[in-house]
Amino acid sequence: MSAIDLADVQKVFRDRDGRDLVAVDRTRATIEKGEFVCLLGPSGCGKSTLLNMIAGFERPSAGEVRVAGRVVERPGADRGVVFQQPTLMPWLTVIDNVAFHLKLKGVGKAERHARAKTYIDLVGLAGFERHYPAELSGGMSQRVGIARALLMNPAVILMDEPFAALDAQTKIEMQEELVTIWQRVGATVVFVTHSVDEALVLGNRIAVMSRRPGRIREFIPFDLPRPRDVTSPEFNDMKRRILGLIREESSRARAAA
Amino acid sequence: MASATETAPLPAAHPAPARGLPRRLVALAERAALPLLLVAGWEAFARSGALPAALLPAPTAVLHALGDWLLGLDESTQTYSGHWIQDALASLTRVAAGYAIAAVSAIVLGVAIGWWRLVERTVEPTLQMLRPIPPVSWIPLAIIWFGIADKPAIFLVFLGAFFPVLMNTIHGVRGVDRNLIRAGAMMGASERQLLTDIVLPAALPSIFSGLRIAIGSAWMLTVTAEMVAVKSGLGYVLWDSYYFLRYDIVLAAMISIGLLGYLSDLGLKALMASVLHWQKGTTVQGR
Repeated sequence: MSAIDLADVQKVFRDRDGRDLVAVDRTRATIEKGEFVCLLGPSGCGKSTLLNMIAGFERPSAGEVRVAGRVVERPGADRGVVFQQPTLMPWLTVIDNVAFHLKLKGVGKAERHARAKTYIDLVGLAGFERHYPAELSGGMSQRVGIARALLMNPAVILMDEPFAALDAQTKIEMQEELVTIWQRVGATVVFVTHSVDEALVLGNRIAVMSRRPGRIREFIPFDLPRPRDVTSPEFNDMKRRILGLIREESSRARAAA
Repeated sequence: MASATETAPLPAAHPAPARGLPRRLVALAERAALPLLLVAGWEAFARSGALPAALLPAPTAVLHALGDWLLGLDESTQTYSGHWIQDALASLTRVAAGYAIAAVSAIVLGVAIGWWRLVERTVEPTLQMLRPIPPVSWIPLAIIWFGIADKPAIFLVFLGAFFPVLMNTIHGVRGVDRNLIRAGAMMGASERQLLTDIVLPAALPSIFSGLRIAIGSAWMLTVTAEMVAVKSGLGYVLWDSYYFLRYDIVLAAMISIGLLGYLSDLGLKALMASVLHWQKGTTVQGR
């Protein structure tokens, strides 16, 4: 059984003037267990909408999303989401933010903290357990967001441009660490990004999306061994190919406009 | 996974603690200068005889009245002598009762209106129609319904405290970051848990602003009610002394009400600081 099935998923928004706007057009895709898939596309191409439908934040207008064979109807702890903004509870300390899922399940405090500690260590935040989100840098906040998602031990991790707001150096570091974590926990990851480089560093399959209507234009497998050398000929060949696709796409969009 | 390049930001800079006595004295002098000057001016003006002493009692006379009212020194305040604690408690109880009922019901209703569209559509318009009616204009009805006792005062306090808390709760709930709700749902929160564990704490800063406005209204309305509809409490003493031309007691009552109002706001501020300690360093107020 595949991890995620998109069965002719479509999302139509109605704008203020009552016109229909197709954000995601009939999309059909299968993501296998343990894959790291990057949804790559320009802003407004519907990649976040697609992710939100997998997360259960938004319902498809047509078709259905299945995760582990079950139709997605609402958000749930089987799908960990890491948001673009860290979205931590500002009134909770790092450890309580990470353990929030356990609190909701009614797990006792001692066990909550013991289990949260494992994931705080995993994302390199040992020593910051008692800090509040307002005392953390952007990168550290995103680590908390990742630890919080990992603690639920979800089969699927959905990430919506989680590193977009970070500085270049922190971003590279976080990308490397994310790959290490992914290799360790073996979850299926769907990662939304508008950066070709980021998609190539992270993904073992890259879904290049087109704009208006949003759909997956091409699925490109990318098996470059890790850690990936961003200066290698293989990396640059793939980058050239994807950039070519994007250029073709935008000139077609211009012609249609 | 370990990283060394990222370091924690320094904790928000706190003002350096006052070093030694002189600096603290200067700070005290800064605060005390104006009130001392005003009181001295008042004393001088009262003693000058420009107005009869009965119409403008000097601060010392007011202090004397307050002392006797509080401790029963020489019975110069007649029937009130030594009754201050009782009078203050009577007012305080009314404030506490009306305020507590208002706070709880306004927070519950405010969360419901802010969260459920159906409640918003069905309940909010009615409340918004009642809101512009000044609470004091309910006095006649309050007396007819509840008689002359604690209840009309508590009812008025409730009316005065309810709307500020309600409006701020609704505002706070509507302002909760949608992604915070999504994060909660993603972690498996039920709707009830979303309300208690995310919406309520996220709305607390706004709710507290409402509670602080409401405590002022609560004191205002207790005193008003005691002037008209109750036969005890600081407001009653104030109004009763006015009839007997005892302006020293009137002023002593004003000071007592001001002091208790100030202290209850101080208590609320302390509660707020302990509940919202996580806000420290994130707001201008928390500098």
